[in-house]
Amino acid sequence: MLKVEGVEKSFGEFMAVNGADLTVGKGELVAVIGPNGAGKTTLFNLITGQLKPDRGRIVFRGEEIASIPPYEICKRGIARSFQIVNIFPRLTVFGNVQVAVISQQRKSNTLFHPAQGMAVEETNRILESLGLIDKAWNTAGSLSHGDQRILEIAIALGNDPKLLVLDEPTAGMSPEETSATMGLIKGLAQERGLTILFCEHDMDVVFRIARSIMVMHQGRTLIQGKPQQVRENEEVMRAYLGEE
Amino acid sequence: MGRTILNWKSFLPLLAIFLILLILPPLLPRFYTYIIALMFVTGLLAMSLNIVVGHGGLFQFHHAAFYGASAYTFALILTKTSLPLWIGFIAAPIVAAVIGLVIGLFCVRLTRLYFGMLQISLGSLIWAIVFRWYHFTGGDDGIHGIPMPPFLSSLTSSYYFILIVMAICLAVIYLIFKSPFGTTLLAIRDNPQRCEAVGINVRRHQLAAIVIATFFAGMAGVLFVVLERSVFPDLLFWVLSLEIFIMCLLGGWFTFLGPFLGAAIMVSLRTFVGIYTEYWTLILGIILILLIFFLPEGVMGFLLEKFGSQVAGPRERGIE
Repeated sequence: MLKVEGVEKSFGEFMAVNGADLTVGKGELVAVIGPNGAGKTTLFNLITGQLKPDRGRIVFRGEEIASIPPYEICKRGIARSFQIVNIFPRLTVFGNVQVAVISQQRKSNTLFHPAQGMAVEETNRILESLGLIDKAWNTAGSLSHGDQRILEIAIALGNDPKLLVLDEPTAGMSPEETSATMGLIKGLAQERGLTILFCEHDMDVVFRIARSIMVMHQGRTLIQGKPQQVRENEEVMRAYLGEE
Repeated sequence: MGRTILNWKSFLPLLAIFLILLILPPLLPRFYTYIIALMFVTGLLAMSLNIVVGHGGLFQFHHAAFYGASAYTFALILTKTSLPLWIGFIAAPIVAAVIGLVIGLFCVRLTRLYFGMLQISLGSLIWAIVFRWYHFTGGDDGIHGIPMPPFLSSLTSSYYFILIVMAICLAVIYLIFKSPFGTTLLAIRDNPQRCEAVGINVRRHQLAAIVIATFFAGMAGVLFVVLERSVFPDLLFWVLSLEIFIMCLLGGWFTFLGPFLGAAIMVSLRTFVGIYTEYWTLILGIILILLIFFLPEGVMGFLLEKFGSQVAGPRERGIE
């Protein structure tokens, strides 16, 4: 479904991503792991178009998407959440998701039709499945951090994506919240037949739920494989434990 | 949820206000009728700016350029051509919107403050052209004694005309504000990056908002000419742009009718404090300082917060 080949991106002298390869198959739950500063977020920004790669190919469903703007990539079926909470703080929780659903329905430019009755069913369904329905009329900025993280995912689901890219969906969460959230994500993947690409620092969680794991170190892909293969890989051990 | 789209009860006060405004002119001295009509014009102008500033989050720093451009277009059509009034009436706001489109095309490529700077420069360019082009625009003299057809000859008839056109414009702005376009615009104000990630072409959306806002600024420009029968370069000077911006802040730029209230306050200040002192801006300055400290959401924002729970449902307050 998604194939990333030899992607590079530098910021000035610094090579943030220096040869990343990634394959995501339909219906898979793929994790990207790596130490801090390994280039995971940059890689995700390259995939969803916030950044343009200097070199390499990103192919989604047979189409090169490396040089098209984020909103076009979104329309092709990739939705994402952000590592740092990135919501619409002054809108209601309902409004946050509704904006995405309206955009998905290509109605963002409709001028003379009240928005209030639009996309209500879809929005409510998403809020319900993520347990946010009781807070639908709260202002998004007033939610707890954990709920804002869930809202991040809810907004992404509003685009009814084929591929969902989650950049550290549990950043800043307690261990309990983390496992609850990851359970939620796994449930979503099964229920909706979603393909999910995510990165996460909690190794236990990653090895428990991911089908395939890609390890990044200093901007480079070390390996992508099944959890078992990754666990036994020597290079990975070195990257995580430091070179002796 | 059970929320109806248009709650007719919340329209009753508006309807009452509209009726009061309808019966006012015979009861008031001419001067007050004129001041209220001026409030309508200025209020519409501030509301048009707030489409992009309060709802769109754009630093539209030179909104007066579009207002003035439309007023001049209308004045020139009436004085230099023999075209009928209604053509000028339609053409002038369209000219404003086209200028808005051209300037907007450049501006939406820039972010925040740079957007504002470029707009001041391009808007000042229009002012300079009007100011210098003596034999066409009358330069710093402006154009005076613009002829009006009989149905707009008296102040009272102008008042009614302005009131009705303004009410229609406000209703249309309200519809836009509540439409998916308006909701998306609010989302862009809150977080443009996230909007791109949910598939919204942010620049195109902002540009559309600028065109709509400049069109309504143009409507206000036309109404100004109907009221004053004259145009002068100050209509497109940056000082006026600043004043419109202050009206939005003063009234409350995150509310729908706030800018209108702000405009009414500014017009009254200039008129009634202006009688006593030339330095009415001094009073304005003090009011602004107090505003920043005590009412950061503006007068309307304050009122809504205080009494809003009775007027609007939670949803209304959440979005505005």
